[in-house]
Amino acid sequence: MYTQSFSVPDGSDDAKSAGLKAVPKALSAQDAVLQAQFDARIDADGRIEPREWMPEAYRKTLVRQISQHAHSEIVGMLPEGNWISRAPSLKRKAILIAKVQDEGGHGLYLYSAAETLGTSRDQMLDALHTGKAKYSSIFNYPTLNWADVGVVGWLVDGAAIMNQVPLCRCSYGPYARAMVRVCKEESFHQRQGYEALLVMMQGTAEQKAMVQDAVNRWWWKCLAMFGPPDADSPNSAQGMRWGIKRISNDDLRQKFVDATVPQAKVLGVTLPDPDLKWNEARQAHDYGQIDWDEFWATVNGNGPCNKERLGARVKAWNDGAWVREAALAHAQKQQARQMKEAA
Amino acid sequence: MSTPANTAALKEWPLWEVFVRSKQGLEHKHCGSLHASDSEHALQMARDVYTRRQEGVSIWVVPSASISASEPNDKPEFFDPASDKVYRHPTFYVIPDEVGHM
Repeated sequence: MYTQSFSVPDGSDDAKSAGLKAVPKALSAQDAVLQAQFDARIDADGRIEPREWMPEAYRKTLVRQISQHAHSEIVGMLPEGNWISRAPSLKRKAILIAKVQDEGGHGLYLYSAAETLGTSRDQMLDALHTGKAKYSSIFNYPTLNWADVGVVGWLVDGAAIMNQVPLCRCSYGPYARAMVRVCKEESFHQRQGYEALLVMMQGTAEQKAMVQDAVNRWWWKCLAMFGPPDADSPNSAQGMRWGIKRISNDDLRQKFVDATVPQAKVLGVTLPDPDLKWNEARQAHDYGQIDWDEFWATVNGNGPCNKERLGARVKAWNDGAWVREAALAHAQKQQARQMKEAA
Repeated sequence: MSTPANTAALKEWPLWEVFVRSKQGLEHKHCGSLHASDSEHALQMARDVYTRRQEGVSIWVVPSASISASEPNDKPEFFDPASDKVYRHPTFYVIPDEVGHM
């Protein structure tokens, strides 16, 4: 459920893609025909399926975006998983377990969609574990108290839904189908978070203050989740041309702000932005300046939890190595036994 | 229990395609893929990954390597024989109105 609406170049891609741009490869006559067929299909809002011809840059962009999206789902399990053992009731614990399990499932849908493009699971995981691949920077912030878990559901998942609904119409079939599945499951995530906050807002003054504090800490980070302003997103136009991206970063952000303002009012919290106000002429809310320096610092590895998150992933992967090996050894032993019996 | 061939050298668990029957009376439909060590494991994984909300009453898992698929680049030629046989469709035949529904 958690994609960044823009595609940050992975560490390993920088040099290569820069090289590609500098020396564009001449298309062979046959490639030119295939390229024309591909463009015509995209123009007709058709879908591209695995094993069909596609421009190499389209394939690479998708591998990067889908794998980053998958990594985000998997890393996104960490800040909330932290609260499973601390949830205030059995009901909230069960809900949170279900939500975290969904995130794991979403990661798996997406990894398998990326694999249809010719990359392998091990390659993708290796890129994540070595720090070459990016994931949504929102997970590099800590979930300090129980109200944060509610706010993550309401605002972080809410922003993710805004991003992901248009991806259900992505030109690459397997990605679009994975997103349909994800979006169906996503609405529960946002609603459970909002409802948990509604309950807290009926509590003591201290509980209400916790909710407001959590909203104050997450609001700007959620706005940044939509990615840099359109003017600073040079790759957006290409993504739009390819039918991967359907709505621009700024338009999605605006939709999110407009949808959230009335929800905040019902909840009884304020959004921490003195410039936030209804603009009658635009029929939309104006809002203040996002701190992009902080955003890029976090994307580039200097957020409060980058090291902790990656460390937790690598540890889980390494600690699980013997299980993966044992399962494979067991399967091979069973197969050998079957063949012996059949002989 | 079956394991796709040629996986001994791989570190990754083999890839499986998952097909789910959403309810009795309907066909199994492809819904995605996953990695698992063997077919029994793949079925359990498929249950957890693709049917967390009662989306299925029956699951098939098939080693991805066992699937033979038509070549996407041959599409026009491969499917062409059917395109000029309009007489295979009921609308090709003109029947007088007084016959009614046929």
